[in-house]
Amino acid sequence: MTNTERNAKYLAYVERKSPKASWLKSLLHAFLVGGAICVFGQMIGDILKNIYPLMDINMVSAWSSVSIIVLTVIATGFGVFDKLARFAGAGTVIPITGFANSIASCAIEFKKEGLVFGLGAKMFYVAGPVIVNGVTYSMIVGIIYLLISML
Amino acid sequence: MGKKIGSQTYELNNKVVIIGNAATVGPKEGEGPLKEYFKYIEHDDLMGESTFEKAERKMMEKTIERALKSCGLTENKLDLLVGGDLLNQLVTINYSARDLAVPFLGIYGACSTMSESLAIGSMLIDGGFGDNIACVTGSHFSTAERQYRNPLEFGNQRQTYSQWTVTGMGCSVLSNKGKGPRITRVAMGKVTDWGIKDIANMGAAMAPAAMSTLTAFFKDTKTRPEDYDLIISGDLGKLGSDILKDLMEREKYPLGKNYVDCGHMIYSNAQKAFQGGSGAGCSASVFNSYIISKINENVFKKVLFMATGALMNTTLNQQGESIPAIAHLVMVEK
Amino acid sequence: MSEVLLMYLKVFLVGGLICMIGQIIVIRTKFTTARILVIFLMVGAILGGFNIYGYLVEFAGAGATVPITGFGNALARGAILGGLTDGFFGALAGGLLSVSLGISVSIGLSYCVAILSHSKTKKE
Repeated sequence: MTNTERNAKYLAYVERKSPKASWLKSLLHAFLVGGAICVFGQMIGDILKNIYPLMDINMVSAWSSVSIIVLTVIATGFGVFDKLARFAGAGTVIPITGFANSIASCAIEFKKEGLVFGLGAKMFYVAGPVIVNGVTYSMIVGIIYLLISML
Repeated sequence: MGKKIGSQTYELNNKVVIIGNAATVGPKEGEGPLKEYFKYIEHDDLMGESTFEKAERKMMEKTIERALKSCGLTENKLDLLVGGDLLNQLVTINYSARDLAVPFLGIYGACSTMSESLAIGSMLIDGGFGDNIACVTGSHFSTAERQYRNPLEFGNQRQTYSQWTVTGMGCSVLSNKGKGPRITRVAMGKVTDWGIKDIANMGAAMAPAAMSTLTAFFKDTKTRPEDYDLIISGDLGKLGSDILKDLMEREKYPLGKNYVDCGHMIYSNAQKAFQGGSGAGCSASVFNSYIISKINENVFKKVLFMATGALMNTTLNQQGESIPAIAHLVMVEK
Repeated sequence: MSEVLLMYLKVFLVGGLICMIGQIIVIRTKFTTARILVIFLMVGAILGGFNIYGYLVEFAGAGATVPITGFGNALARGAILGGLTDGFFGALAGGLLSVSLGISVSIGLSYCVAILSHSKTKKE
């Protein structure tokens, strides 16, 4: 048996032997928490629309996101967000809470190395790929649409 | 002086005794199943310092101090300090050694450092290159997380096959005279890589290395697993040790009830460490507390202590490389 | 009243479903959080680029905008709109501009919170 064959067999064996997470429970947790966070966002938006009926729809959506971000960052600062995340898994990663927590936790962690080289440089350690890929793709999309609209 | 027997094993002919030792652990370990054996439990894993790195260093310095105190040796009687840690450039031990006026040899074996340092220390004493040598290593959960994985406040869900890095230190003082458990044989491991790339599954990455060293030792010494009271691996964890048992069975050296794993023993299920403890501090703290106590109490008379290490870094892992591992073994007898 | 309840039900179900799909991916593959965030972002951006995601937003409101897919959609729509209103430079800047409030607040508030707090000891 060559090393490659042995490794492939070993990997398959390890896959079989590794304990699987309790699927159902974790899916339920993710569903419940994720849904609840979205409901919270909707609530903020609706409350704002009630108080300021003339507010632009984009503004409403923006305020909704911002309130979730603020709560997430503060919860991270108090060291409690990760407890919810352990329970909810993707339920806190997928909503905007995941993005905000990744920035806040990196900032808090790397502050020890100073504000410039620690906090400043490593704040986007996890969230960086999100912004880089998102912005690059959006530029491509924008240009393509522009070109199509000029035809 | 001793000699090499077989492919990887060295027989020590002169007396190498563990005359003193100490282990210090953090709060989580201090609440685990081995808490009765841990004489020094730090309830604040920041140790009153401003960073976790400083805390880890303080924990190591105190452990070395405690080990020396346990055998009445002072620093100036030590011929050499051998050891390592998990942080980049071995900063924990380098900076701890800075304050000790002792010649120092820094080594990196990842989580296998305890048995690696014991192996080197005992071979040097056997060869007449010193009377008293201290072997030390350890790890800290918070510093390891931030170097190898994620910031502490990061909200990720741990995988069920992952392990928890132990906050703990262990130091053994070896000598060519005095009373205590004796190191009689040593086996140096070979780097083994069976292609595992998932850094959350260290147990699976290291089990082949443990199998490789153990089978080489049995072949070299013409002994079998049943000849020993205890065979203990460093931090394979529950999954890793189950894999090792299967691998050893295939090699026709099946491991029985006398095989346990430090990582599996150090935390209870309730502590949610999933596969158990990992880190250099795991094997170091368990060896220098539980194992040595049991040997002194005559519960175990012939012990094979084998710590395993995963020799990767995050950069290469992100580049798609797999995780090579190594296991070093020391035989400790009453 | 029942309209409001129905809306909230849709928000809950769609938001929860998107997160549940994320959890399935976490379990089946061993992707890190960063990789999953990027995948969902790109899905949202691509659907936004083809003008499909907007229907989900109309249907489920915050259930579509709160997940990171909504972020991706906002990026894509922002770039398209920017291109149509401000030409070439609008197309380049429009994406980042549309999510700039969220990013600015994340950065600024994280900075302040980081100065005031520190990582806590973890036991689980």
